[in-house]
Amino acid sequence: MAEAHPVGFQWVVEAKARGAKIIHVDPRFTRTSALADLYVPMRAGGDVAFLGGVVNYILSNNKDFREYVVAYTNAATIVSDEFLDTEDLDGLFSGYDQDRRVYDPQSWQYAGHEPEGARQHDHEVQRETASPLQHESHGPGVGGETERDETLQHPNCVYQILRRHFSRYTPEIVERVTGVPRDKFLAVCEAWTANSGRERTTALVYSVGWTQHSVGVQYIRTGAIIQLLLGNMGRPGGGILALRGHASIQGSTDVPTLFNLLPGYLPMPHHANHETLRNWIDAIRNPGQKGFWGNAEAFAVSLLKAYWGDRATAENDFGYGYMPRLTGDHGTYQQVFNMIDGKVKGYFLVGQNPAVGSAHGRAQRLGMANLDWLVVRDLYMIESATFWKDGPEVATGEIAPERCRTEVFFLPAASHVEKEGTFTQTQRLLQWREKAVDPPGECRSDLWFFYHLGKRIKQRLASSTLPRDRAVLDLAWEYPTHGELDEPSAEAVLREINGYEVETGRPLSGFTELRADGSTVGGCWIYSGVYADGVNQANRRRPGDEQSWVAPEWGWAWPMNRRILYNRASADPRGRPWSERKAYVWWDPERAEWTGHDVPDFEKNKDPAYRPVPGTSGPEGLAGDDAFIMQGDGKGWLYAPDGLIDGPLPTHYEPAESIVRNPLYGQQDNPTRNIYDRPDNPLNPSPPDPDTSVFPFVFTTSRLTEHHTAGGMSRTLAYLSELQPEMFIEVSPELARERGLTHLGWAHVVTARAVVEGRVLVTDRLAPLRVEGRTVHQIWLPYHWGTTGLTTGDSANDLFGVTLDPNVLIQESKVGTCDIRAGRRPAGRASLAYVAEYRKRAGLPAEPAPRSNQGREGEEAGA
Amino acid sequence: MSGNSLFGPLDPAPDAGYADPPPRMGFFTDTSVCIGCKACEVACKEWNLVPEDGLNLLGLSYDNTGSLSANTWRHVAFVEQPLPARPAEPRVSPMGAGEREPRFLGMPAFDLPGRAGSDGGNGAGGDGPVRERTDFRWLMSSDVCKHCTHAACLDVCPTGALFRTEFGTVVVQEDICNGCGYCIPACPYGVIDQRAGDGRAWKCTLCYDRISDGLMPACAQACPTQSIQYGPLDDLRAAAARRVETLNANGVPEARLYGHDPDDGVGGDGAFFLLLDEPEVYGLPPDPVVTTRDLPDMWRKAGLAALAMAAAAAAAFLGGAR
Amino acid sequence: MTSVERRPRRGPGGDRVMVPRAEFRSYYGRPILKRPTWRYDIPAYLFAGGVAGGSALLAAGGDLTGRPALRRAGRLAALGAIGAGTYFLIHDLGRPGRFHHMLRVAKPTSPMSVGTWILAAFGPAAGLAAAGELAGYLPRRGALGLARRALPPAGRLAGLGAAAAAPALATYTGVLLADTAMPSWHEAYPQLPFVFAGSALASGAGVGLLAAPPEQAGPARRMAVAGAALELAAAHRVETRLGLLSEPYRTGKAGRLLRTGRALTAAGVAGALLGRRSRVLSALSGAALLTASLATRFGIFEGGIASAVDPKYVVVPQRERRAARGPKTSTDT
Ligand SMILES: Nc1nc2c(c(=O)[nH]1)N[C@H]1C(S)=C(S)[C@@H](COP(=O)(O)OP(=O)(O)OC[C@H]3O[C@@H](n4cnc5c(=O)[nH]c(N)nc54)[C@H](O)[C@@H]3O)O[C@H]1N2
Ligand SMILES: Nc1nc2c(c(=O)[nH]1)N[C@H]1C(S)=C(S)[C@@H](COP(=O)(O)OP(=O)(O)OC[C@H]3O[C@@H](n4cnc5c(=O)[nH]c(N)nc54)[C@H](O)[C@@H]3O)O[C@H]1N2
Ligand code: SF4
Ligand code: SF4
Ligand code: SF4
Ligand code: SF4
Ligand code: SF4
Ligand SMILES: [Mo]
Repeated sequence: MAEAHPVGFQWVVEAKARGAKIIHVDPRFTRTSALADLYVPMRAGGDVAFLGGVVNYILSNNKDFREYVVAYTNAATIVSDEFLDTEDLDGLFSGYDQDRRVYDPQSWQYAGHEPEGARQHDHEVQRETASPLQHESHGPGVGGETERDETLQHPNCVYQILRRHFSRYTPEIVERVTGVPRDKFLAVCEAWTANSGRERTTALVYSVGWTQHSVGVQYIRTGAIIQLLLGNMGRPGGGILALRGHASIQGSTDVPTLFNLLPGYLPMPHHANHETLRNWIDAIRNPGQKGFWGNAEAFAVSLLKAYWGDRATAENDFGYGYMPRLTGDHGTYQQVFNMIDGKVKGYFLVGQNPAVGSAHGRAQRLGMANLDWLVVRDLYMIESATFWKDGPEVATGEIAPERCRTEVFFLPAASHVEKEGTFTQTQRLLQWREKAVDPPGECRSDLWFFYHLGKRIKQRLASSTLPRDRAVLDLAWEYPTHGELDEPSAEAVLREINGYEVETGRPLSGFTELRADGSTVGGCWIYSGVYADGVNQANRRRPGDEQSWVAPEWGWAWPMNRRILYNRASADPRGRPWSERKAYVWWDPERAEWTGHDVPDFEKNKDPAYRPVPGTSGPEGLAGDDAFIMQGDGKGWLYAPDGLIDGPLPTHYEPAESIVRNPLYGQQDNPTRNIYDRPDNPLNPSPPDPDTSVFPFVFTTSRLTEHHTAGGMSRTLAYLSELQPEMFIEVSPELARERGLTHLGWAHVVTARAVVEGRVLVTDRLAPLRVEGRTVHQIWLPYHWGTTGLTTGDSANDLFGVTLDPNVLIQESKVGTCDIRAGRRPAGRASLAYVAEYRKRAGLPAEPAPRSNQGREGEEAGA
Repeated sequence: MSGNSLFGPLDPAPDAGYADPPPRMGFFTDTSVCIGCKACEVACKEWNLVPEDGLNLLGLSYDNTGSLSANTWRHVAFVEQPLPARPAEPRVSPMGAGEREPRFLGMPAFDLPGRAGSDGGNGAGGDGPVRERTDFRWLMSSDVCKHCTHAACLDVCPTGALFRTEFGTVVVQEDICNGCGYCIPACPYGVIDQRAGDGRAWKCTLCYDRISDGLMPACAQACPTQSIQYGPLDDLRAAAARRVETLNANGVPEARLYGHDPDDGVGGDGAFFLLLDEPEVYGLPPDPVVTTRDLPDMWRKAGLAALAMAAAAAAAFLGGAR
Repeated sequence: MTSVERRPRRGPGGDRVMVPRAEFRSYYGRPILKRPTWRYDIPAYLFAGGVAGGSALLAAGGDLTGRPALRRAGRLAALGAIGAGTYFLIHDLGRPGRFHHMLRVAKPTSPMSVGTWILAAFGPAAGLAAAGELAGYLPRRGALGLARRALPPAGRLAGLGAAAAAPALATYTGVLLADTAMPSWHEAYPQLPFVFAGSALASGAGVGLLAAPPEQAGPARRMAVAGAALELAAAHRVETRLGLLSEPYRTGKAGRLLRTGRALTAAGVAGALLGRRSRVLSALSGAALLTASLATRFGIFEGGIASAVDPKYVVVPQRERRAARGPKTSTDT
């Protein structure tokens, strides 16, 4: 966190100054570890085992916050007796389909819900469309009524299932799998549990060290289970903080740039599953379900109204027919392979540098070299715009600049200080920023670009009578512009996102005002309220010392300016604060309302004692102690009966590339992960494959404080480049000795995909671990380097292949296996032969020559 | 040239002739909370338009700057250090109920290139076979001009380019400096240096332009963890004393202040530090003394030598016939 | 003064000093101090200043005791040396065009400022004195004729003035080096002015030996002996009495230069004493003395730099100083 979120880390430092204890779990000792009270080194890819060990510790020592757990989680809920656990099936859950590598989650359901499961659970489609991602802000569909045993004794209640599932995750196993010494592991367990309960809360902070794995989602699920068991959710000082990446990456999932999402986590319609508006809306609100997704129709219709304005009417289903539909996996990695296969003609690259930043850099570049046209909008001339003339494949002769077919259009973009708008950060806080200076020269904001592009396309199509063009022609595409450049007003866009009454134009005060009858427009329901009273609430900057410690008047947080989600859980079931110290939101019986420091995340006047009439759905279906109001059953999920592709409970699987056999189960790795099994995407052999000796080391990649992601914004700046002027590779002194590597000398790292070189940094910050009785060496590389900028170097991402988490399609770029050798790598064509030799030794098939990036008719260039 | 002006405790601004100066301003750099983000280095360069210092991979842990220089006015040092294992001390933290506090249960360590051996190496020295890895820590510290009470650079400057501001800080006037270079060997901390191609001497100005406008120096403003604290020196000294006390009480006995003491060899630094090891480990002199402390005696000795010279010459002419 | 007082171990052969190998920590062995940016100009200036000072004394002595050859050689050498010195001084500036900024202030705390003013006094005087020497070449008539007549007495006055400033010119440079944080310069502050005074005398004597006929060179010989004695005695202290900080003067480039200087000085003195009758031998001794002085200045210069480059010379003596003060010190807790 200190490395990649130094500004946010100030709060950790402040907490430490006030006595908080900081624990850092990471494969290598970083700037964060330097300030931590306890640093725990571990093997990359071992976190489910580690956290599973913590769950086991909590359960077997009865350290859970029982009152909280019974009231607010699904611990008491009874699960179908058809459910079989990994304990029974050696690492698989019931319902696994060997051929399609997917589960039928029918048997995972709550008892009594199995028949409802009649609705299609096609996990193959869900995997292709990363549908679990669509549940980012809410639980997936589950009926409201559940069978419960609040004594937690029923053998099939979630609590007992959890106990059994995690019973193997003993300190011994944690040590064997992760290399974390027992005493250190127990120190973490003790600290975490001792600091949780009525009086205390513990926060869990993670970022992409957790997400970028083929089991990334289950990492976070395990963290969530711990935090629920210890009563750390919905309470001040608790929670799970996902440190987001790019300045508004949270914003770009809320109002998404993702292929499968629409604003506010409405799913992108699927051509088969969501044929009609009704199908689509029902799939979101899941009739019968409790909670606020019951109002999904109002959110969805208001969004359609924002898109098509007056042309969206009840008669035409508010333009639902205009909506594009998913037909399969349109994720970025599938697109890349499609490009290589010649299935994609043109590509817009806006604020992204996949030639360096995305896994399997070679595939990225070869794919882009096989387009008809490519539009790159960026601040700098990045590798993704220059790969055709200076990428590594030019050196190897695989791309011949004079014959590369791709026509690249580089359009300079305005930077964040050259335009106005909001950032949404980790805490869901929207913060408005003003434009500081005009963009130089031809640079334009992305808003400007897309607005005017839309205008021009509409103009081009104006005379079209084709039905397919109606979707574009009918778009409501008018925003006020200002200045010489005709810059669209970002505030006008924010107002539309907030939503307003069609009749009067009055901005809505919040999403409860959204209507399903077409009388309101709302661009993103969760953001509704950000423009309440016609005031840009995101632009509030009242200093902290002029308001309460919750600081509600700094920016605006979705939803409804709530700073802590599910904060109903900060009070006990009867509505009283768990403790004086941790009082946050509580029930005021006098005034018969919820009150406190934050905006209560609960219906204001719902008595804690309220119990719905059986069969009630939507918000009214939530009881007065159903704190998790977006969940179908109002409970925090220790066990996920639906919505995950790879299982209802986290299970330790080895990374797709590993040098050890899974010590826990016969099932080695995540059986449902996305595999792109192609000769140009080989995987290094892993157990049970007998021979893993060709790639005997583990490597992981991450960030340096001094650089930014793919380097476009840091390797171009002298003041940053001088601070980390060269690509390097970190190794432990032990590995250095074993491989004859010298400090500041050269070394190269090899995988089945590529060979990458850098200068060696020998450091104590990396230590060999004992895993399964053997020594595991881990190598670390920053992934910031590429071929352009003030400092250039090899890209660590070339080392990775493409393997994805099945739930959200994130790449496994935090762990792989490799070899490392002293000296520089072979250059040019020889490097191909070098890698080919490794592949041969590892028993992998040879890679076919890249297909057609040289010229149209598969011309063989540079051969 | 009163004795006091050259050595000992002193409030420099009045001494320099300011009638009613504002309180002396300075820095307290608390390295125990430095996260080595180098925001200070970059902010300083951005604000002061200091040129780039060269793209050199030095491999001194994460330090690729090396030291303060004409083109680096804040420098963040990184020290990777094996530590003798220390028994965990029980400690009652304000948040926790007297748990045992594991400290630096970090990683085992042994010799690294550039650290082995006992001469010039950093760390506890000793080459030879693989040692058992012990506790480990990573120290980071942001260095800067000390704005000495008795600033040798200023004392020796023959042009008056270096001057004492009303805030008690020491600043070079770039339109006066003629690059004589005298300030450079005079500084007991190795701070000020000549800029190649420019010829003049440059160093931290304590953001004279910013603080004159009531702003914070750029480096302090950028520091996310308040490792760099800016303010009236008296307040900083008090805060620093409290901080050391807290750390010492909380099982960090090695925390100590550096440069805070008006009785030290330079009359106390305007920019002082909290360190977790001996100063030299961070590249700081252990006991700097302003060279001009001895200046009166130097002049006396020179006078004697001059007399001796004159006498010898006279004797040479008077002492013989031919 | 609490300097490093390492008890030197005396070897059987007398005064060979062995300092125990230093145990110390540092930041990757990097220097703590900045080495001076001064190039060869500065030691060359030190030398030139010494020659000028020594020559001016020689000239005045020659003048007052009726040895015109000494007077003439001394005056011309003084002017030439001070001219060269001034050139070196300006040439070494990062911004030579701003040389005159030196004249903005007069600062007793800045030996360079003091030196500038000494130079400002000495230079014109030396110039006038030399002009007096050259007055004979002027035409007899006209305005220049007036000068021809006025210059010798003015030159005489100026020559005496230059001689009065000469000891200051020759010795302030010791303070110039010592008034820095360079450990081996600073710690040598009691000796450096004497080294330079001696060296200046010897080099002035060298000028005399080179230029004057044997019958006038007596004072130069005596000056050579006195200067050499002063220089060698003081330099010996520098090389042996500063504990660890003497080491840079005995090793490396500095050591070589200083040894050369010592040998040349000895040879020069011997030659001066033995070659009373030989013009050639005298001249050779003079040259040896001048070269010795040059080597000594460069040696002293290099020694100080060496002490800045290795952090050992900063850390070890300062830690000892701190330890000597006892445990409760300002930087310790
Ligand atoms: N300076 C700087 N700041 C940045 C960025 C940048 O490039 N530079 N990028 C921004 C972006 S886009 C993002 S997404 C965030 C990312 O922020 P972070 O996630 O904090 O960044 P990383 O450095 O990629 O990874 C964090 C740590 O994960 C560790 N790690 C690797 N594998 C594992 C594992 O299996 N288990 C565990 N427990 N740890 C593991 C790595 O050693 C690394 O120290 O940072 C943002 N901030
Ligand atoms: N091996 C490995 N790979 C990783 C990761 C890892 O940890 N390990 N981390 C992954 C993560 S979390 C991320 S987020 C990605 C990042 O990967 P990318 O997003 O591909 O890389 P960036 O360099 O951040 O690219 C952003 C580009 O946007 C440009 N830009 C900035 N502002 C604007 C703007 O306003 N408009 C436009 N049009 N352009 C702008 C910048 O100049 C920059 O070139 O890398 C991923 N790849
Ligand atoms: S770069 Fe921006 S977002 Fe990242 S830590 Fe710094 S201030 Fe925060
Ligand atoms: S630290 Fe050096 S440069 Fe800074 S004021 Fe002191 S003597 Fe001058
Ligand atoms: S270099 Fe400039 S600032 Fe330094 S002493 Fe000379 S004139 Fe003064
Ligand atoms: S005070 Fe100003 S000049 Fe000095 S280091 Fe900080 S930013 Fe740079
Ligand atoms: S002093 Fe502050 S800004 Fe500088 S590196 Fe340390 S934490 Fe970062
Ligand atoms: Mo990211």
